[in-house]
Amino acid sequence: MRTRPFRTALVAVAALAVLAVTACGDSDSGGAPADGGDPGITGTVTVFAAASLTESFTTIGRNFEAANPGVKVTFSFAGSSALANQINQGAPADVFASAAPANMKTVTGAGNGDGTPTTFVKNQLVIAVPKGNPDGVTGLVDLTGPDAKVALCAEQVPCGAAARKALDAAGVELTPVTLEQDVKAALAKVRLGEVDAALVYRTDAKAGAAEVDGIEFPESAGAVNDYPIIVLKDAANPAAARAFVSHVLSDAGRGVLTAAGFQAP
Amino acid sequence: MSLLDHADTATRPAVGRSPRRRRRTGRIPVALLVPATLGLLFLVLPLAGLLARTPWTTLPTRLAEPGVLTALRLSLLTATLATLLCLALGVPLAWLLARVRFPGRRVVRALVTVPLVLPPVVGGVALLLVFGRRGLLGGWLDSTFGITLPFTTAGVVLAEAFVAMPFLIIAVEGALRGADTRYEEAAATLGAGRWTTFTHVTLPLIGPGIAAGAVLCWARALGEFGATITFAGNFPGRTQTMPLAVYLALETDLEAAIVLSLLLLTVSVVILASLRDRWITSP
Amino acid sequence: MLDAHLVVEVGRFHLDLPLRIGAGEVVALLGPNGAGKTTALRTLAGLAPLSGGHITLAGQDLDRPDTRRWIPTERRRIGMVFQDYLLFPHLTALDNVAFGPRRHGADRRGARQQAAGWLARVGLAEQARRKPRQLSGGQAQRVALARALAVDPALLLLDEPLAALDARTRLDMRAQLQHHLARHPGASLLVTHDPLDALVLADRLVILEQGRVVQEGDAATITAQPRTEYVARLVGLNLYRGRASGNTVVLEDGFRLTAADQHDGDAFVAFRPSAVALHPHRPDGSPRNTWPATITGIQRHGDNLRIQLTGPIEVAADITPVAAARLDLVPGHTVWAAVKAAETHAYPAGPAC
Repeated sequence: MRTRPFRTALVAVAALAVLAVTACGDSDSGGAPADGGDPGITGTVTVFAAASLTESFTTIGRNFEAANPGVKVTFSFAGSSALANQINQGAPADVFASAAPANMKTVTGAGNGDGTPTTFVKNQLVIAVPKGNPDGVTGLVDLTGPDAKVALCAEQVPCGAAARKALDAAGVELTPVTLEQDVKAALAKVRLGEVDAALVYRTDAKAGAAEVDGIEFPESAGAVNDYPIIVLKDAANPAAARAFVSHVLSDAGRGVLTAAGFQAP
Repeated sequence: MSLLDHADTATRPAVGRSPRRRRRTGRIPVALLVPATLGLLFLVLPLAGLLARTPWTTLPTRLAEPGVLTALRLSLLTATLATLLCLALGVPLAWLLARVRFPGRRVVRALVTVPLVLPPVVGGVALLLVFGRRGLLGGWLDSTFGITLPFTTAGVVLAEAFVAMPFLIIAVEGALRGADTRYEEAAATLGAGRWTTFTHVTLPLIGPGIAAGAVLCWARALGEFGATITFAGNFPGRTQTMPLAVYLALETDLEAAIVLSLLLLTVSVVILASLRDRWITSP
Repeated sequence: MLDAHLVVEVGRFHLDLPLRIGAGEVVALLGPNGAGKTTALRTLAGLAPLSGGHITLAGQDLDRPDTRRWIPTERRRIGMVFQDYLLFPHLTALDNVAFGPRRHGADRRGARQQAAGWLARVGLAEQARRKPRQLSGGQAQRVALARALAVDPALLLLDEPLAALDARTRLDMRAQLQHHLARHPGASLLVTHDPLDALVLADRLVILEQGRVVQEGDAATITAQPRTEYVARLVGLNLYRGRASGNTVVLEDGFRLTAADQHDGDAFVAFRPSAVALHPHRPDGSPRNTWPATITGIQRHGDNLRIQLTGPIEVAADITPVAAARLDLVPGHTVWAAVKAAETHAYPAGPAC
């Protein structure tokens, strides 16, 4: 008898938790064939990667492990700026993959990079709209109507900075209803139907393709986002770290990334 | 006791008054002192960390930035409105839980605490699923009354109230259960109905408990982040409260985030301390 | 004024109490703990429901389960003084007393005027602005009385009104309470376990044991002729039951007592503890009631000592310290007890009331 209200509460919480998870997660796309590994490396590689790389890097990591049986890859996916701060505070990471050069500069500027960063992909903004594009959105101008509810990223985060650049390039005045803390949150507002459109990365729109359509618009070319990657100076396993970065830059790695909607640099 | 006993009772000393009140002195046990000190350090050291990293020289100019005051004003406004909403709904609910026996009361009591264990972001999503454009009630509210809650200041109040209400309910219910219900019986013998008894006797009796609950509730609402940003979004002047401003400042500028946090902390500590003197001291 | 038959069944507890109180009459309800005094009081106040019977106050049915008649507490013409007074701690003495009149339709001014009048009557005009915690026990008791009387109750209920006071204050308050009860035009019911309160304050005593009335009557009758062990102890008598035949009463276990009165049939025998004399050896001479007894307890009792004895009968004896000095008073020790027949009182054990 004692446990009954508790159990009821648990069920309620679990139901909500499931909603939250299904609203954010998508199954990974199929793995690309593994390339030849480097037999000399072993141990664990810890990769700090931007949140927008979650799906593709998880796949790349699995392929890398398959090609190098002695190696295990662990990821920490989060906002690039948070990761950069953590690295500068001494977080134990081997590789940093950022969604914007600015956050990479935070790390290299503090002398925590090993060598110079390499841009491995680019990402571009699209207009995310509910599946089937019910409002018939074709470009940025369609988002300026008084009744249009639009979510942008806050300008402090890379997707927000890119959106500002694109809007300036298009000369479009746009009043969003909200400035979201990251691109996934902006996309979630579209998926939940709370906004009519959001400016998100093409990769995010593609990952959410079951519920949203990504509308390309020409002005996004003026706001392309470079993704730099670097091996960190304090890497505990520099050999494996370098091997992982090479794998990301290899054809196999690029294949996974372009399949997710990234563009080659 | 008998009649014959009675002469004896007259010589007995007064009953019910403690002979002498003595303050307990002596050494504090180390087994208590050590963890107590560690606990205090654990709570205070992060604050010291903030103070150590505060850019004191640029502090005035940073505080004078227009967005800062806007966010602070919005935070204080929404936290206060959320507390009032919690008082209006939470005190009666606490009364119901404490005073009325009804089937499923234990389930209701457990449900009331759900927002405590729910990650606030999930709370925000859940609120969207109810009050959002396509939510269970949101569409009806919009079509019938023209009310939309997401991305509005009212939405911030709602999100904060959702997360903070359990603190109030738990405090008030505890106060109600601790209060002597015989005062309510005494009021009834004097001709007071249930409502009059509630307003004239019960509420004043549990006043300190309500005040404590309201303060907890206000503090929780003031620091609310997850449910707010999920349900009400983030727009300066309308839904961007201090915690949201701090989070976004953290993306680019650690020092700005520290300044904002410090401001929020100072204002809330000053308000809570002054309230404490005025309201929370027992009668 | 009050015509009630209180029947309450809760689990194995069963209360069955017929109770009538006339206008201006004060009835004391006495009984050991758990006898049902508080339950009776709560049903009259409407704080607990009856299982059967009825409560009729000034011609109005307040509770009658068989017709589903139920008047809630706040609509009953009652006033109640609680054992620990329950003065509202957030209100002044004046506002505590004004609370009732205000609920009964008086405006704020009128209620306060009435309250001031009542406080003056109980001698607390000076303390009107004080909060309950600034009042002494006796003052709080009087505020509680004023508060209960201020609603002009047809039935005034008092639950151990003097129990929380120290002995000195109690003496004073008892006299004041008597004064106010005597002037109260409605019925009054006083619940107490202190026989002195009951004897001083009440016109009539009702004694309740295990939910039943065991004895009822005025103070003189009850103190002279207790009918149960509890009542006997209450009034401080040794009491036994047996069959009388002339001056002799044969108790249930065969022990014989000789009494001053003559009876035939079921009878009670009672004598005061001070009528019992103790001797180290079997006494010679007159007392016919003499038996060996073993000491089980010794207590101080006023200026004397009260000795509890066992033997053929349980008995309490009061002896002077001088007499005690001549005896070897140690628990377990055997002495001889003697009671003069002239001090032993027998009366028929008829029905309880």
